[in-house]
Amino acid sequence: MARGLAWVAAVLVALFLVAPIVAILPLSFSAGSFLFYPLPGLSLRWYQDFFGSDFWLPALWNSLLIGSASAGLATLLGTPAAFGLWRMRGAARAVAMGIVLAPMVVPVIVVAVALLLTFGPIGLVASYSGLIIAHTTLGVPFVVVTVLAALEGFDPVQLRAASACGAGPVSAFFRVCLPQIAPGVAAGAIFAFATSLDEVVIALFIAGPAQRTLPRQMFAGLNDSISLTTTAAAAMLVGLSVLLLLVVAWLQRRGRTQAGG
Amino acid sequence: MAETLVRFEGVRKTYGGTAAAVVGLDLDIARGELLTLLGPSGSGKTTTLMMLAGFEMPSAGRILLEGRDIAHTAPHRRGIGVVFQSYALFPHMTVAENVAFPLSVRSIGRGERDERTRKALAMVRLDGFADRRPAQLSGGQQQRVALARALVFEPPIVLLDEPLGALDKALREEMQLEIRHLHQRLGVTMMYVTHDQAEALTLSDRIAVFEGGRIRQCADPKRLYDRPADAFVAGFVGENNLLPGIVATREGDDCTVRLACGPVVSAQAVDCGGVGERCLVAIRPERIAVAGVDAADLGERAMPATLQEAIFLGDHVRLRLGLGDGGEVLAKRPTGIGTLPEPGGPASIAWPEGAAFAFRDAAKQG
Repeated sequence: MARGLAWVAAVLVALFLVAPIVAILPLSFSAGSFLFYPLPGLSLRWYQDFFGSDFWLPALWNSLLIGSASAGLATLLGTPAAFGLWRMRGAARAVAMGIVLAPMVVPVIVVAVALLLTFGPIGLVASYSGLIIAHTTLGVPFVVVTVLAALEGFDPVQLRAASACGAGPVSAFFRVCLPQIAPGVAAGAIFAFATSLDEVVIALFIAGPAQRTLPRQMFAGLNDSISLTTTAAAAMLVGLSVLLLLVVAWLQRRGRTQAGG
Repeated sequence: MAETLVRFEGVRKTYGGTAAAVVGLDLDIARGELLTLLGPSGSGKTTTLMMLAGFEMPSAGRILLEGRDIAHTAPHRRGIGVVFQSYALFPHMTVAENVAFPLSVRSIGRGERDERTRKALAMVRLDGFADRRPAQLSGGQQQRVALARALVFEPPIVLLDEPLGALDKALREEMQLEIRHLHQRLGVTMMYVTHDQAEALTLSDRIAVFEGGRIRQCADPKRLYDRPADAFVAGFVGENNLLPGIVATREGDDCTVRLACGPVVSAQAVDCGGVGERCLVAIRPERIAVAGVDAADLGERAMPATLQEAIFLGDHVRLRLGLGDGGEVLAKRPTGIGTLPEPGGPASIAWPEGAAFAFRDAAKQG
């Protein structure tokens, strides 16, 4: 009885979580022109529209470009930060951790306003560099958290062994530590990419017309005209996110099997 | 006397404001010897090894390697080989890559590297395992890879930090002999840390017994066992009876002690105070002769005792004997020699002259 209730609750929660996605995805295949069920018929016309449009396609490329660049930067900054945090102890560690993770907890709108005020005078508003830097800030905490988790499974004696073999700290990091935490680093990069991919608030504040990302364009698309191409764009975003999740799951499994045997 | 390779000079190590982990250490390691640091956990032996390896900085004093002060040299510039208790093999590399790692960080050319790696693996009898991953090897094999990795770059000294601690007993004994033979064949200087006194006796040219951050005695295994310098060494290396008493008479190196349980025994005064001071009398269990009620065959030194328990252990029998008023003595006899008194019955015990040593009773004075 209690077991049955638990199942019902579980199914309801799952429905609650996926319902928005389930509701929007079929609409992108609609043959009609309105956000309306039942679908009048199935077609790929909104996808054709998406890939043939000057409105959507540049936004997709912007998202991929800004996502990749900021994920790359966040990984370059976040991995050494995680390594440093891993080696720290005590109060200093807690403080450093708080600072590094701040972008994760501070409301994005606050970050966005701050960035707008800071970037304005130095000409970074409405530039690729500005948006990439902003998204890097948001991505770093994800890299740090993921790499720290990977380092939990890394035996610090390995670093001593490397130095007893004659390897200096830098060489020990790249040849002994990094290969072992690589799945975690890659997962962190993917999380940073995904963070940039669905970020809309900062993009609204500091992206110029040339840097509009996919979510930013969806926002505009909904305001201007309720075209079902927006649902196709949503489906693309969902698809990309699912793909990234699968890659992370695969990396984590690989990391585990490598550690275990 | 061989040339000194490593010298610790007045080395101290303190952590924060707490008691020192190592207190005033002076120790020389001769080139080519296998020196074991033996002691209970927290005695400073591992800290000493870590300071020589470079993973801990001494708070004071000098550490000389081949005459050069290395106390503040980074570990990777010391050129010392280290074998860790957890093996610390690199799991993402093959066995051969692990062993070649010290050569590759030294930028030794591919040809020479392969040749030396092959030789090092042959030396630890792992010829056919070059392409395996560490996780595919048994504990003993992994530790042999770790040994090969520590030896392959021909360091002046190899440090081994409880390297056999994780292995089962039979494998441990096999590896002890293997390390001993490697040491004899290669002539490489080794510093070995263990808390296992039998292991130390098996392996070592010399043993430094640590306790409370100091060396209590540093001597070859036989001397350490036969002539312990204090009560701690007597109790820690091998089995010993340590009977409390008070010095009754003292003449130079000879003394008599009135044991707390009653009898007065003669002993060699190694490190005990004058008449009236508390002391401990140490007698090895295997030096104690036990006979039945008729004590005549033990001579005039025989003392009456009661046999409380006899435990059969295959090659020997352990006898727990009551002595005097509440005293207890452990004796060991090879199986099958003579007949034993019945448990619970009277017996008599004796030990040869010179088998008993009197030490200061440090615990009772502090």
